[in-house]
Amino acid sequence: MTTNARQLIVNAIENGTVLDHIPSENLFKVVEILRLAESGSQITIGSNLESKSFGRKGIIKVADRYFEDDELNRIALVAPQATINIIKDYTVIEKHKIRIPEEVVGIGKCANPMCVTNHQKIPTRFKTIVEEGGIKLLCHYCEKTTKKL
Amino acid sequence: MLHILDVASEMEKNKSQKLLDGKVVACLFFEPSTRTRLSFETAANRLGARVIGFSDVGNTSISKGESLKDTIKMVSNYVDIIVMRHPLEGAARYASEICDLPVVNAGDGANQHPSQTLLDMYSIRQSQGRLEGLTINMVGDLKYGRTVHSLLQAMSHFDPSFVFTAPEELQLPSEYRKFLRDREIPFKETTSLNEHLNDCDILYMTRVQQERFSDPMEYEKVKDVYRLDESMLTGVRSNMKILHPLPRINEIAQDVDDTPYAYYYKQAENGMYVRMAIIACLLGYR
Repeated sequence: MTTNARQLIVNAIENGTVLDHIPSENLFKVVEILRLAESGSQITIGSNLESKSFGRKGIIKVADRYFEDDELNRIALVAPQATINIIKDYTVIEKHKIRIPEEVVGIGKCANPMCVTNHQKIPTRFKTIVEEGGIKLLCHYCEKTTKKL
Repeated sequence: MLHILDVASEMEKNKSQKLLDGKVVACLFFEPSTRTRLSFETAANRLGARVIGFSDVGNTSISKGESLKDTIKMVSNYVDIIVMRHPLEGAARYASEICDLPVVNAGDGANQHPSQTLLDMYSIRQSQGRLEGLTINMVGDLKYGRTVHSLLQAMSHFDPSFVFTAPEELQLPSEYRKFLRDREIPFKETTSLNEHLNDCDILYMTRVQQERFSDPMEYEKVKDVYRLDESMLTGVRSNMKILHPLPRINEIAQDVDDTPYAYYYKQAENGMYVRMAIIACLLGYR
């Protein structure tokens, strides 16, 4: 696929943020975590795009919006390989990888059915544990680990 | 931890101290309990505090759907400290975050039961004269037994070795084996109660807890798997003591009660001293 052809699928933005190399299966989890459905920004979402490194990938372009690092790092749980591109005047002026936060609050569900967070209106809170084979989440309340969000 | 054990020892020597005159302790038991509730209430009374609370949520607004947050917020306006047992895991930690009072976890589902661990440690130290270098044989429900998990972690600071005696279905979860391996703490595993009976200092018996099983068939298979009786104790170490968090069902025969090895009634008594110490320390009196 040529560069021009890709631009036709996912339009370039003049200013804003491009989140690239998102696993396609987790693309809408990223949308949910960043609460993009509630955003007033112009957003372009591409799913199952070809990728040399990943086979298939998702991409999200958010016009005229720049995220705080803390906000973006929250997606590390579902898209640890994601790349963040900051765009100004159609040019990438900054590019960086996601960092895995030490703690995540209000994202996901504890896998323990007897955890208090699954029965009372309490935001979940996890410590992240990076291990070979992925990220595990240690529940702040019930102290059980969850493998997937 | 050791400070609380030392204060508990003081409490045992002087069982009624009016340190908490004018204070009010809430004992909120969202699920049934006999020893833990009565020993916390007695502990508070012996320290001169007044006690309010409930032992059955059926008579409270919780049965009308009141949230845990609202119950805790409301009670925290009335009292100086909250002791709570709750079937949900993490409930006590959550409660401690939404009010400014000390909250004592008197058991949160299958998660933690820290006051039981402290009284187990107190009983071990009292019966053996030390905590260091002991061999502890844990028997029964090592999968769901929160007292086992908490005691194992607490004793890991004192150079122990462990034996885990459990049927295949109730073996110690892998995260606790990893915990011990990471700290190079030796342990053996067996399905036979007789195999390591004679080479331990503490025999920590547990009940197979029906309430932790979602499948009744699984419970029926394992409920009577171990039964300790007097005849099995002929070759045990002279210092060996049998602990049990109680209640017991069939796992210790009554003929064991009168042997010099039985320590579980003393252990239950110790619960009161340890809980006196916990409440006094949290309210800044020791």
